[in-house]
Amino acid sequence: MSAVLKAPLTVEFPFTRSLGPVQSAFLTGLRERVILGVRTGDGRTLVPPVEYDPVTAEEIRDLVEVAPTGTVTTWAWNHAPRRGQPLATPFAWILVRLDGADTALLHALDAPGPDAVHTGMRVRVRWAGERTGAITDIACFEPYDGERAEPAGHSGEFTDAVTGIVAPARLDYTYSPGRATTGYLHALAGRRMVGERCPSCRKVYVPPRGACPTCGVATAEQVEVGPGGTVTTFCIVNIKAKNLDIEVPYVYAHIALDGADLALHGRIAGIPYDQVRMGLRVEPVWTEGGRYPDHYRPTGEPDTAYDTYKELL
Amino acid sequence: MNREIAVVAFAQTDHRRTSDESSEVEMLMPVLHEVLARTGLKTADIGFTCSGSSDYLAGRAFSFTLALDGVGAWPPISESHVEMDGAWALYEAWVKLQTGDADTALVYSYGKSSPGSVRDVLTRQLDPYYVAPLWPDSVALAALQAQALIDTGRADEPALAAVGARSRADAETNPHAQLRGSVSQGEYLVRPLRTGDCPPIGDGAAAVILAAGERARDLCERPAWIRGIDHRIEAHGIGVRDLTDSPSTRLAAERAGAFERPVDTAELHAPFSSQEIVLREALRLDDGVRVNPSGGALAANPVMAAGLIRIGESAARIHRGESDRALAHATSGPCLQQNLVAVLEGDPR
Repeated sequence: MSAVLKAPLTVEFPFTRSLGPVQSAFLTGLRERVILGVRTGDGRTLVPPVEYDPVTAEEIRDLVEVAPTGTVTTWAWNHAPRRGQPLATPFAWILVRLDGADTALLHALDAPGPDAVHTGMRVRVRWAGERTGAITDIACFEPYDGERAEPAGHSGEFTDAVTGIVAPARLDYTYSPGRATTGYLHALAGRRMVGERCPSCRKVYVPPRGACPTCGVATAEQVEVGPGGTVTTFCIVNIKAKNLDIEVPYVYAHIALDGADLALHGRIAGIPYDQVRMGLRVEPVWTEGGRYPDHYRPTGEPDTAYDTYKELL
Repeated sequence: MNREIAVVAFAQTDHRRTSDESSEVEMLMPVLHEVLARTGLKTADIGFTCSGSSDYLAGRAFSFTLALDGVGAWPPISESHVEMDGAWALYEAWVKLQTGDADTALVYSYGKSSPGSVRDVLTRQLDPYYVAPLWPDSVALAALQAQALIDTGRADEPALAAVGARSRADAETNPHAQLRGSVSQGEYLVRPLRTGDCPPIGDGAAAVILAAGERARDLCERPAWIRGIDHRIEAHGIGVRDLTDSPSTRLAAERAGAFERPVDTAELHAPFSSQEIVLREALRLDDGVRVNPSGGALAANPVMAAGLIRIGESAARIHRGESDRALAHATSGPCLQQNLVAVLEGDPR
């Protein structure tokens, strides 16, 4: 068995999210250096504010400004900040109850070290230089021994409120495909196609995934298939895909490689698109440096009889 | 009228830091075969199949559909999936059996944390507006909870360390555990939590079979009857909650009948040492209760399977006659946000 394959895999996506009226007011407020809470039916003030009372589920809309100063209710010293976290230098995670609020907000506290942090300490907001209407408009908190700041009583109404946020997310992986797929990829590197046979139903799966989806048992016996194959079904693609340098129309087909019991798909070329047919015999065409067949082309053999591939449609 | 439903078989992988050589289905399949073999059942005999997993862990889209290849879903089976720990898949299967639609169920879950950075992956389950943009990792959030507990005076760092040490000592007899025996308490990961207070990161899978009534007695010498099961969730905002208490665990336990009479064993899904202390108090477990004889999540924490394993370990002790009444707990979300409690009993011996 050849060595386990590994490759870096980055999953990255910007989430575009719309905001409810309370979230919109809170995040717009941050842009304007105003911190808003929301009042619940029983008179508590929630910061950060939410659209619905977490206890009663009542819709809550009564916005109230709170102070940019507050008290740490718990903390944790983070000596090794990770990507995306508010500060790149060691900092304390804190839950902070702002003056005027009854609940606590999660953020970072810029402090020289863990000895400088304790539950009950007083802190104030340090605003980000550039603010867009996001939780990161608060750069972090900092220790504060001054007077409690008095909120100005902002109404929560803004002329150009933010209505959405774009939250980028990125996760990095080191992907390994597992035993069966590793064998398949190693064979491809030598321009060979291998499948695996189910010990129970004897079907050969290409590409192999390590299990027979019908029988639920491990496939292990490697079987070389192809290189020739039969078009079992196809479609004609008339829309050019983004970043794909292939002239339309072209044919995309299911191809049952000789010896395989599962069709795989690939592009058909070397024949006018309107002459491709079910039963057409094809073979893979490899390009220099390609890791898999670029496309399949006709072999010139007679067509395969329908009865021989009808189970592979 | 409730049907009597029992856990009749349990199997799990050895939990390891990496499983590079296996895809998810390759890792899972031996466990499925083992759990079926314990009952003599085949896939075709199973009335309902339910699984729990998360594609984010390994970064592999639709991994649960590929995992289904290991079940052998032909002819088509009655199947469902939850993007949660397998304990919640078990809950769904239990409901399905209660309806009378099925008499047996296969429940499985798996997690491969090794390809990614699970501390960061888990930030993606947080409030996307106010919390996720700050990327607070799972250890940081647990550390905030631990400090809050220390501030109440109910625990200190040595008490936390003792939880980890006891867990890994108990895991000595658990061949599946990832961390066993004497494990250094280590440096701070996020203070006040040291590496010894945190779960090992690893890959693993687990499966159980449920059966109703006489079917359970046919399949298992001493079925682990689910006397009650319930799950409850708290507010998602961690600044809204009292992190030193777990009212959702207490309520789920009440609804599951846990307080009606004492249990002899409890398997608690506490990935962080401080969380075990919070859970013990919420569940009013005294020193007479054997807590986490398997070593718990501090000895092996395959994410998405660790909760189902708590139910499986509890049931296996009943199967073996080592317990008569056990409590199994599973958690989900940051700082014990959501909790499931099941009470399992064996027939009198």
